[in-house]
Amino acid sequence: MSDSQSVAAHAETHNPALLHHFATEEQQRDASSFGMWIFLATEVMFFGGLFCAYLIYRGWYYGDFAAASKSIDAFLGGTNTAVLICSSLTVVLAIWAAQTARRGLMLAMLALTMLFGCTFLGIKGFEYRDKFVEHHVPGTSFSFHEEIPGHPGQYANPQHAQIFFALYFVMTGLHALHMIIGLGIFAWLFWMAWKGRFTPEYHTPLEIGGLYWHFVDIVWIYLFPLLYLIDRHK
Amino acid sequence: MSAHSKSSPLPTYFGVWIALLVGTALTYYAAKLDLGVFNAAVALIIATTKALLVALFFMHLKGAHEKLLKLVVTSTILFLFILLALSMADYGTRHFS
Repeated sequence: MSDSQSVAAHAETHNPALLHHFATEEQQRDASSFGMWIFLATEVMFFGGLFCAYLIYRGWYYGDFAAASKSIDAFLGGTNTAVLICSSLTVVLAIWAAQTARRGLMLAMLALTMLFGCTFLGIKGFEYRDKFVEHHVPGTSFSFHEEIPGHPGQYANPQHAQIFFALYFVMTGLHALHMIIGLGIFAWLFWMAWKGRFTPEYHTPLEIGGLYWHFVDIVWIYLFPLLYLIDRHK
Repeated sequence: MSAHSKSSPLPTYFGVWIALLVGTALTYYAAKLDLGVFNAAVALIIATTKALLVALFFMHLKGAHEKLLKLVVTSTILFLFILLALSMADYGTRHFS
């Protein structure tokens, strides 16, 4: 008892960031990141249901899905993939900067991460705008008159193409919502970093915020080929 | 994740970053080649490789030693597999009846 008290007192004098119900900094950090991993497990199942719906309809209406997929801009989608990958790099660099006590670099990397996140959302906005202009948004004004790739003269069923676009908007929309939440988290991390809260000993919020950001990146890594690249060669 | 390596992780980070960018370009151009039924397989293999790179090196799963964490990650993949495999087993075989 006296031993643990002395440990607590010792920790309190040296590290106010260590909460009193944790024995060590390492235990505190492991508990935090473990909580984030549990949350990410629920997120995998959440997006997994959508991917499952996508796979079923893609199997049923393959040609219609290929025609609809061809109408979205794969180059913009690819650019956005690269933008997200760069943002994941800046996240790990920000954590590395915190670990090695490089405050300026940490702030710059956090700002760059947010800039990449905003770039992603901006490009996404242009994509959505195109879809609204072309009346490819599911609803009463939906119209789709495109040939099935590889089958000249055979037109895609608009009802089936509409299912593709419904999945496209729900999946990319939920992903974009995660990006917006991620930007909020990173704005908060930037503020904390600005106030000097993160040290080589304590930067757990950066690490678990980073886990979330990387997960959102992984979701997009799967969304890109599945939504944008069906039958591009035909 | 609690493993703070002594040597600089920067070469790994930049190497993974380059590999991810190359993978993105590879998916984009592979989709323009006619690989028949293998187009989807190639796209998914590249995507899974990229996802593994992010998870292992950026999310620091490589070198993670906590047993609980390993349990969570493996059960996540297992349950996702159950969701997809059983659904496909249902919808994929309906036309036989």
